[in-house]
Amino acid sequence: MSAVLVSTTINGDTVEFACQPDETLLDVLRNRLGLTGAKEGCGTGDCGACSVIIDGRLVCSCLVLGAEMDGKALETIEGMAEGEKLHPLQRQFIDHAALQCGICTPGFLIAAQALLRKNPDPNEEEIRFGLAGNLCRCTGYDKIVRAVQAAAKEMRGA
Amino acid sequence: MRYESPATVKDAVALLAKEKGKAFVLAGGTDLLVKMKAGMLEPDLVVDIKRIKGMRDIRKSASGFSIGAGTPCAALGESAALVKAWPGVVEAASLIGSKQVQGRCTMAGNLCNASPAADSVPALVAAGAKVVIAGPKGKRKIAVEDVPSGVGRTVLKKGEFIESVELPKKDTRGGDAYLRFIPRTEMDIAVVSAGVNLTLDAKGVITKARVSLGAVAPTVLLVGDAAKAIIGTKLDDDAKKKLAAACSAACKPIDDKRGTVEFRTEVAGVLARRAAEIAYARAGGK
Repeated sequence: MSAVLVSTTINGDTVEFACQPDETLLDVLRNRLGLTGAKEGCGTGDCGACSVIIDGRLVCSCLVLGAEMDGKALETIEGMAEGEKLHPLQRQFIDHAALQCGICTPGFLIAAQALLRKNPDPNEEEIRFGLAGNLCRCTGYDKIVRAVQAAAKEMRGA
Repeated sequence: MRYESPATVKDAVALLAKEKGKAFVLAGGTDLLVKMKAGMLEPDLVVDIKRIKGMRDIRKSASGFSIGAGTPCAALGESAALVKAWPGVVEAASLIGSKQVQGRCTMAGNLCNASPAADSVPALVAAGAKVVIAGPKGKRKIAVEDVPSGVGRTVLKKGEFIESVELPKKDTRGGDAYLRFIPRTEMDIAVVSAGVNLTLDAKGVITKARVSLGAVAPTVLLVGDAAKAIIGTKLDDDAKKKLAAACSAACKPIDDKRGTVEFRTEVAGVLARRAAEIAYARAGGK
């Protein structure tokens, strides 16, 4: 297989990489670019641990080919904090103890960010549906929902 | 494997037609990549159609809507005009997978994957949707129900791919609806599903109807007897009973871990009745 050359934007920075034509975006991020925030859980789009945002749309990076990324704008968990300053979602997840092992957390944060951009004031049901594509085996979800509610409130300045 | 992302329909057809190995079309990839990872498919060529102009557009015209084959289902719900005209189709497409899957998955892909339980397909069939197929001999337009030829199989020939899904103009007093049964509240595959599309006259009498069922046969069913049972009525209780009976009679389901033959047969009638009630109300019937 001959490598595909890709030029893309990740968290605002121009990034160029070469990947195999059948290589997933998740593998490119983790194995070629050192961006290990997105995790591989199921690898089949069921668990959401590899969630990223491409051109404003929330997707599973395990179900995207790296070769598709040419000219796209990609957002990953690595771009969420501003330097040392955590995003309100990240801070509220810590304050609400909305994580235990942490494997699912980057995916939940990215999915929650995508949700709040579309709906800054979601009710509990909307949050649960919005995060239905993310699986967590530790928290029981309630703390995650409360953390998202608290972050949403903070971000609205309410 | 080679990856190609042609800029035109002509180039995509040429790539697919001349490939001697196994060639697959990549739209949203939510079925293709899963099958590749599972080793079910080993493509020699993957043709990404999303770089072709118009492939991700929803176009409204005097004759209805043309939805590019690469349009993610999430975009359907963002089109106010489409939601207003075909709420049942949009609801059905919005039931596929998670928000993450919604960001990628397409109705054309859902159709070509040819699962009997595909959510968007019964709604498209009820709506009377067609697809435009591009191929080496030019373009052809066929009804959605004529695309799947069996479980996991379609009538598409070598070099062909679906370019767009075409929805007709909504009738003035028309309404559609789609319902599915799953044992959870989200993120599941239909055990049974039903799509209904109705047109009423000024008095609320049904003049046209299309009733479809999913997950009760190898391919989606368009149930003519169910439509006949309610045409000429105001969807009274007797008509609804006949509709449900016609739907149950049309079922040829299998037993599997999701449901039994008896359960699917019974629930198909119930869902069709409830979907008809929603479609009737949406069409302005009281």
